[in-house]
Amino acid sequence: MSSLIDFPILALLAITAVTIARMRDLWAAIMFTGIYSFLSASWMLILDAPDVAFTEAAVGAGIATVLMLSTLALTGKKDRQLAHAPIMPFFLVLITGCVLVYGTLDMPHFGDPNAPIQLHPNPSFVEKSQHDMHGLPNVVTAVLASYRGYDTLGETTVVLTAGIAVMIILRKEKDDGDQEASTETIS
Amino acid sequence: MNVEQIVGLYNYWIVIFLMMTGFYIVIARQNMIKSVIGLNIFQTSVFLLYITMGKVNGGTAPIIPPRVANGHAANGHAANGHSTNGHGTNGPADVLEHAQTEHAAAPVHEAVNEAGEHAHSIAEEVLSPLGEIARQADLTSQAEPLIYSNPMPSVLMLTAIVVGIATTSLALALIVRIREEYGTIEEDKILELDRDS
Repeated sequence: MSSLIDFPILALLAITAVTIARMRDLWAAIMFTGIYSFLSASWMLILDAPDVAFTEAAVGAGIATVLMLSTLALTGKKDRQLAHAPIMPFFLVLITGCVLVYGTLDMPHFGDPNAPIQLHPNPSFVEKSQHDMHGLPNVVTAVLASYRGYDTLGETTVVLTAGIAVMIILRKEKDDGDQEASTETIS
Repeated sequence: MNVEQIVGLYNYWIVIFLMMTGFYIVIARQNMIKSVIGLNIFQTSVFLLYITMGKVNGGTAPIIPPRVANGHAANGHAANGHSTNGHGTNGPADVLEHAQTEHAAAPVHEAVNEAGEHAHSIAEEVLSPLGEIARQADLTSQAEPLIYSNPMPSVLMLTAIVVGIATTSLALALIVRIREEYGTIEEDKILELDRDS
């Protein structure tokens, strides 16, 4: 039953990605990126990862789109037409893709309950998290907040660092900024 | 290459296709915003790859429903280990095999909290072994065991999404700065400007 939804969503994802690659108008491309994020969030929901789906919908389709649109407002709207169609990158991508597809032939099949990823680490942590976290029903939250708590702390540090870096990069130096503005008006 | 293999690997191939589309956008387009879009597509495809691997057939999201957490724990024991006995005594061999597969399957867990275990131990004392087996077989047959998909990929990808948006915003800030400095965000034009100066 789920494959009935699975296949169309995957096809739509592929079509959206190709459309983004072919698109010249940056504004439309960013909008299509939002659509792409929503489609992948839907697929994650089908793949039993509602937490990731929520986050992807909020962060990938929401915040990322807003950030890119505001960047676009500060820069230019149009991607210009290239003189010649890039052949080399296409072949490079094709070869890499073929190698990766060859690599998947040994992968465990979709949904296989005996795949190595399902057996290691010992899946009993799903039961244990019930006891350790005093009956918190969502195992993902339990693992994220307790067993991988340091990981989450590191993630917060990364976000803080990125925020500080963005502020430093975009900071207007008062004197320089005024000078530039005045030279622009003169010229 | 049979149909089963194609169906089993189809989603990996789509993920690889998305990945390569993102890669192509990054290396073939000169516009920097377009490159960031390409990186985003690549990144999302990696999330999808991990989430795909965590899916278990017939599984559900790793959220333990209250009815399982609150003491219907006997089901849990029936699903783990003991169930092989139960099925073995009255079921055909393929059912036994099925039960074993489920036992081996990863996050196949009925949540067993302490209260449930307590109840179970009392039940063991009260009931005779034969009755116990029969009771468990009964429980397994009427309540289908819950199978959870693997929560680990979800956890890892949650972290990756947040880190991804942090790096994206950093890249976009750099693009704004480059635009202020060079007046363009096309890579080849910037290289020309650098060469001329």
